[in-house]
Amino acid sequence: MVLSEWTGVLLFFIGGLLVGGGAIVTSYLIHPRRIQAQKYEPYECGVDTIGPTWVQFKTSYFLYALLFVIFDVETIYLYPWAVKFQSLGLFAFIEMIIFLFILIVGLWYAWKEGALEWK
Amino acid sequence: MEGIWTAVAFYLLAATIVVSALLVVMLKNIVHSVLWLAVCFVSMGGLFLTLDADFLAAVQVLVYAGAVCIMVVFGIMLIQRGNMGSTNLFNNQTKAAAGVVALVLVVCGYLAATTPWASPAFAVPEKTVESIAEIMLTKYVIPFEVAAILLLVALVGAIFLAKEVKKADAHND
Repeated sequence: MVLSEWTGVLLFFIGGLLVGGGAIVTSYLIHPRRIQAQKYEPYECGVDTIGPTWVQFKTSYFLYALLFVIFDVETIYLYPWAVKFQSLGLFAFIEMIIFLFILIVGLWYAWKEGALEWK
Repeated sequence: MEGIWTAVAFYLLAATIVVSALLVVMLKNIVHSVLWLAVCFVSMGGLFLTLDADFLAAVQVLVYAGAVCIMVVFGIMLIQRGNMGSTNLFNNQTKAAAGVVALVLVVCGYLAATTPWASPAFAVPEKTVESIAEIMLTKYVIPFEVAAILLLVALVGAIFLAKEVKKADAHND
């Protein structure tokens, strides 16, 4: 029976949806309904904005996202290794050190090129 | 009984995937599309669970729902649009696209219906992570390390490209 093992995950998922959806439904049910044009303005210290308020975000954000994705994929390889760490022994440990070292070279390059700097 | 619940789970997840995937392409606001893309990815993870592929499900949630969606969100943040309500628009190829998609659906459906699906002769392993770890770190060591190099190449290439963009940004300011 595989499904029973994952029933907890399913219940957790449903619980999470109920918490999120419940907050929205409750606020919909009890919120006061006095609609004014100002309420749709973006908050900016009470002063009405002039022109488009969308700005282009800096590429630094995207660099962080790139680093995150690479190291997120790396963790995928760490999980199976961590699960079988006890029985795999020293050889697997050295393999994983080499694996991490190759990726740390990438982190070093990113650091060197100023991907971690906020300018 | 178990078979019925697997079928119920499959049809629920499949319906969620189809509806969310349609919303990804139909919604006008691209940020809403990304949110539905995350729903689609998580449902795919659930589908993997019904196939007893627990590690694949974890990867699906972690990499696709986590990292890829974040990546798309950051990509959207970089584009500049006046009206977010018109960021994900249809072009005038809709009818041609519908025809191609219908054709693909018919061909795939025909192949799926006519293929004699064989069940595996051996029992499907309950836990996949252990066997993946054993194979990955003993028999397939070289591909494993090559994967690290592949990630390194992707990282260096991405930084190199982003650096050029950054330089252009600095030039414009």
